[in-house]
Amino acid sequence: MFNNSHTMRPVVKHVTAIVTSALLVTALPAFSQDDLLGDLEKTSAKSTYSSQTFKGTRLVNGHTIETIGEGTLEFIFSHRFGRVNGGVYEMFGLDDAFVRIGLEYGITDKLGVGIGRNSVDKSLDGYLKYKLLAQKPDGAPLTISALGGTTYKTSPKAEDAPAGFENIDRLSYTAQLLIARKFSPAISLQLMPTYIHKNYVGSTEGKNDQIAMGVGGRFKVTRSLSFSTEYYYRINPDETSPYRNTLGFGIEIETGGHVFQIVLTNTRGMIERTFITETDGDFFDGDIHLGFNVTRIFQLKRK
Amino acid sequence: MIRISAIMLLVLVTAGAKAQRYTSEKSHVTFFSKAALEDITADNKKANSLMNPSTGDIAFVVPVGEFKFEQALMEEHFNEKYLETEKFPRATFQGKMTGFDAAATQAQKITAKGKLTIHGVTKEVEIPGTIEKKGEKYAAQSEFMVKLEDYKIVIPQLLWQKVAEEVKVTVNFTYVQQ
Repeated sequence: MFNNSHTMRPVVKHVTAIVTSALLVTALPAFSQDDLLGDLEKTSAKSTYSSQTFKGTRLVNGHTIETIGEGTLEFIFSHRFGRVNGGVYEMFGLDDAFVRIGLEYGITDKLGVGIGRNSVDKSLDGYLKYKLLAQKPDGAPLTISALGGTTYKTSPKAEDAPAGFENIDRLSYTAQLLIARKFSPAISLQLMPTYIHKNYVGSTEGKNDQIAMGVGGRFKVTRSLSFSTEYYYRINPDETSPYRNTLGFGIEIETGGHVFQIVLTNTRGMIERTFITETDGDFFDGDIHLGFNVTRIFQLKRK
Repeated sequence: MIRISAIMLLVLVTAGAKAQRYTSEKSHVTFFSKAALEDITADNKKANSLMNPSTGDIAFVVPVGEFKFEQALMEEHFNEKYLETEKFPRATFQGKMTGFDAAATQAQKITAKGKLTIHGVTKEVEIPGTIEKKGEKYAAQSEFMVKLEDYKIVIPQLLWQKVAEEVKVTVNFTYVQQ
């Protein structure tokens, strides 16, 4: 029809004109309306907000990918009672107590440094944690942090030590990669490949170099309450090793500057060396320790 | 003939509307909350705005996750607990300015009437502000109160005293022709 308009009858021309002007009339208000917001939303960058994958720096016993932020000091008090299957005589474990007192400071948003003292083996520990990669809505799908730590056992006393035991034998080292993904606001999962080197191992303590793979996660129930769990599988334990893989469950409650965790776990340890390679409890035989981690945050430096 | 002139007209109208637009080259959005324990402030320099002086249309988009706080923990709570940034990454406004004269060279008080969306909730609002033509540019600023309850922003009871029920928001844009 358009290709041979010269053959159009006058009526058709009129109709075309009317339709065109009708189209124009309806088109004009649309243009003067001018959808500024629509255009803005098309061009504006998507949010780069990197979300909170876990509530705190600890899943149960071990670390999460979280670092605490520049200028922030975190005081962490961890406590494990004895085994719940200790019976009434042990008041179901409440008679025993294992404690770790620790401090962590955020040098930058990505780099943290921590120290602690654990009553198990009378150990001192120190570590550095660095966030290598942060999960973003339109960027990296994972958050990855690297943890490097050293533990110094002050037990046994020098006079009680076996012959030839030197102070350097008290040291052990941990290298860990923490790899996590927040799948939804409620669900985050984490993998923790771990390497532990002990300068000295006793006859039952296995190899000097031990590797393990950890898995864990958290499920957020409400804005302030979540469940967490963690399991470390030892890849190269000795066949005669008396130790077991560690398993733990936690309930996390967050208020203001605190995270309060109630945990159930088969280990007394609160340092990687102890809970990954020297856990002696059988969770399913009732060798369960009730415990808690309490953190308090202090902002030392304003941004 | 009719078709050609119609198309030309359409092109002209479209071009005319686009040419009148101004886009933000600089932005600064803040909020301030007066509270018993400590005042809370945050800054955001990643907002974008478009403005059309000939029609008075104005719109802006604020990426909520870009608010910077003095304390990392506050930033976390703001995003995780109050604004639910993952679900609602943007706050937006679209409206029309009244009392605005595109030709005036002095600062003028205006009112922008339109829809403000925060935390996924849209409200009809009237925002007071000033706008001034500075050479080729426009500088606009506004200060208004946002009642958290209106936008279904819930404050956990344990923290009730940490955040005021109303927060003061300031918006600053400098516009250049697009």
